[in-house]
Amino acid sequence: MIKLEPRGERSSTMAYLSPVLAALLTMFTGLILFTLLGVDPIEALITILYVPVSDTHGIAELCVKTAPILLCAIGLSVVFKAKIWNIGAEGQLLMGGLFGSYIALQLTETEGFWVLPVVLIAGVLGGMFWSGIAALLKVRFNTNEILTTIMMNYIALNILLWAVHGPLKDPEGFNFPESALFGDSALLPILIEDTRVHFGMALALLAVVAVWVLMSRSFYGFQIKVMGMDAGAARLSGFKEKRLVYFALLLSGGLAGLAGVGEVTGPIGQLIPQISPGYGYAAIIVAFLGRLHPVGILLASLLMALLYMGGEMAQISLGLPLALTGLFQGMLLFYLLACDVLITFRIRLKPRKVPPSSPLPSLASETQG
Amino acid sequence: MQQNPTPPRLTLRGITKQYPGCLANDDVHLDIAPAEIHALLGENGAGKSTLMKVIYGLVKPDKGEVLWDGLPIEVKDPAHARKMGIGMVFQHFSLFETLTVTENIALALGDDAGELEPLAIKIRTVSEKYGMAINPDREIHTLSVGERQRVEIVRCLVQNIKLLILDEPTSVLTPQEVDTLFITLRKLASEGCSILFISHKLNEVKALCHKATVLRAGRVSGECIPAEEDTTSMAKLMVGDDTPVSTTYPKRLGTSPLLSINDLTLHSPDPFGVHLKNINLTVNAGEIVGIAGVAGNGQEELLASLSGEHLCPVANTICFADTQVGSLPPDQRRQWGLGFVPEERLGRGAVPEMSLTENALLTGFLTGLVNNGMVAWKKAEAFADEIIDRYKVKAAGRHAQADSLSGGNLQKFIIGREIMQNPKILIAAHPTWGVDIGAATAIHKALITLRDQGAAILVVSEDIDELFLISDRIGAICDGALSPIKPTPESSIQELGRMMAGDFEQPANERSAAL
Repeated sequence: MIKLEPRGERSSTMAYLSPVLAALLTMFTGLILFTLLGVDPIEALITILYVPVSDTHGIAELCVKTAPILLCAIGLSVVFKAKIWNIGAEGQLLMGGLFGSYIALQLTETEGFWVLPVVLIAGVLGGMFWSGIAALLKVRFNTNEILTTIMMNYIALNILLWAVHGPLKDPEGFNFPESALFGDSALLPILIEDTRVHFGMALALLAVVAVWVLMSRSFYGFQIKVMGMDAGAARLSGFKEKRLVYFALLLSGGLAGLAGVGEVTGPIGQLIPQISPGYGYAAIIVAFLGRLHPVGILLASLLMALLYMGGEMAQISLGLPLALTGLFQGMLLFYLLACDVLITFRIRLKPRKVPPSSPLPSLASETQG
Repeated sequence: MQQNPTPPRLTLRGITKQYPGCLANDDVHLDIAPAEIHALLGENGAGKSTLMKVIYGLVKPDKGEVLWDGLPIEVKDPAHARKMGIGMVFQHFSLFETLTVTENIALALGDDAGELEPLAIKIRTVSEKYGMAINPDREIHTLSVGERQRVEIVRCLVQNIKLLILDEPTSVLTPQEVDTLFITLRKLASEGCSILFISHKLNEVKALCHKATVLRAGRVSGECIPAEEDTTSMAKLMVGDDTPVSTTYPKRLGTSPLLSINDLTLHSPDPFGVHLKNINLTVNAGEIVGIAGVAGNGQEELLASLSGEHLCPVANTICFADTQVGSLPPDQRRQWGLGFVPEERLGRGAVPEMSLTENALLTGFLTGLVNNGMVAWKKAEAFADEIIDRYKVKAAGRHAQADSLSGGNLQKFIIGREIMQNPKILIAAHPTWGVDIGAATAIHKALITLRDQGAAILVVSEDIDELFLISDRIGAICDGALSPIKPTPESSIQELGRMMAGDFEQPANERSAAL
């Protein structure tokens, strides 16, 4: 009989092992799935996990995909530490893209080093504006942020669609739902020649370092952690709860907004209806997979970016449905949550019943615990 | 079933229960005869709770045997235990606030309850018979804590009961209520019911119990007849030889007021909370003022208004010396020199999953541990080390998580953390609740030392003995109103008990002027 037994204390080994275990289980389930779909499972796995990054071009593309995921996830790690469940990174990303695009479109003919920063700041403000609404509702009316942020994702998407079909549509674009191309001054510079790796990746890495310093070195980060772990202690120590809620939500919204504006000014170069294939949602999984730790999140966002590319690759070369990406993301989260049980519990294999009259085996088990 | 002379009602043989990282019961033997009031003595963490859960079928022992009326039996679950005639009154009641007494008891009895009408009549007769009058039709939230306990006891009595287990039943009662409870229990025992009385209060055990079994660190450290022992010898059994068990401290009276509460009236936002009514209190530099009271009489609300968690509408209702702080938030009160030890050690006093270093920073951040918004971790670590060292906190080190410490050690850490910030005013809620005697003595000494250095200290506690031991002046809170505060030597346990029950009647007439 398999039995779950409390460990008594958290196992830090399992805390690190659990994401790895979840990744392995996801892969294993993937193998079964491919077999059932009639595809050579090993080939499929190679197609998804290796082929996309088998050349420098692929690695560059991986970085392009990683940047927005990483920016969203690192921001989410801060709010999640505060136990504020911002599910709205997607909407905040879209608003960032929209705000940034609006400014960029006003400045298509303008040149100057200041254009790009202004566009980026507009994007950040767009994300902050969107998460700020959720923060306001939470602080003022005690509204559940899970619900508000999810709902606002759909609102953001529809505003974006309206804008790109209406006011921001390129007048010379043959009625396609796209904006005009941004001016060169509003585009993120390319970091590595002959690839699409743009300055957004550098911004993302910068954000990782900044958040790491914030959470592990600054007193503000400490207060956010205390508020998340123990609101009573935070209140008794006089930490300003409302201010911290605003700070955390605005920070994560701002970073998601930066991710959005980074997409439109980076690889895309204009505003289109599909600026994100669900980066904001994937970032939630990434944040937890990375244990809300900067280094973990960096690794997890690389893996998530790889899954996006692998899903496309599997569609192209194996004819598998694109839904595969979503399926793998879901499995990853599912297995992670399951494996996390092992942080506080251990599995014990027990013989069904020990006869009560045999003191020896029970004595042996006594001395162990 | 009658074997040679009457077999004990309940026998435990070699009960052993291992929890991860803790051997809760180790080869425990216990006999309770019919009609016997048996005390189970021991400090917090000695294994009393586990043992009674074994008897009540909530916990399966790893080893050992339970005999009921001389026959081996395996208590499967609490329902089985109730069928056998075992009743249990927990320290924390499990009653539904918005239901009536009868409805609550019917819920607890399940299928055995029958119709509500006859049950109500039965409740009335049983409660009157044992001198615990309760009205079956009242809703629980209108009852005092003492009355709620009666409901729990009556719940056990309406069944055919042979063994009644009471877990620390007096901790929520005034001294007068304790006397009434004892009369009930004696009557019950005289009718043949066995009673297992779990406590750590030696005087009560001496007054009530026929026999006592003492537990220490999961093992039986001794058995005795309480009437023939003095409390010191029983205390030794509880805590071992190496811990000093009793001390007295000289009383002081301060002169210059440091903390003053002026006409504090505060409406509690909690629907079941207590409203504070016109509270006036002065604590002088160099004295300890103790406030007694049964839980839930406004202590939480008073403490929250002092810590700054609940702000007062008028700033001058609370003053630290000449500074009006009523509308200042907690951190600004701390900046002035307030130290605060909350009731909940884990989950207010300390963050359970954080290290001791982080928990030192939690309130120590005003003492130079933060530079330009950045935490000076080296200094925080040194601060944590110093607390651990000076207050002899047993922990794996400053990296240990707060929840890995025992209650007593964590409390020493929290009190140390507050005292080492040199507070001018220290407010401590239940400073030794659930703490072993050794740690309690250390905490009392630390408080006395701080007092002698000139701090004003306010202690709120349910433990009357503790208050008489350390307070220089003493009073009680009842239903949100504060009694007059008297010098401790001029007060008595009887008088304090009356005050805890809300009888503030005073010869002097300044009181009526204040009201």
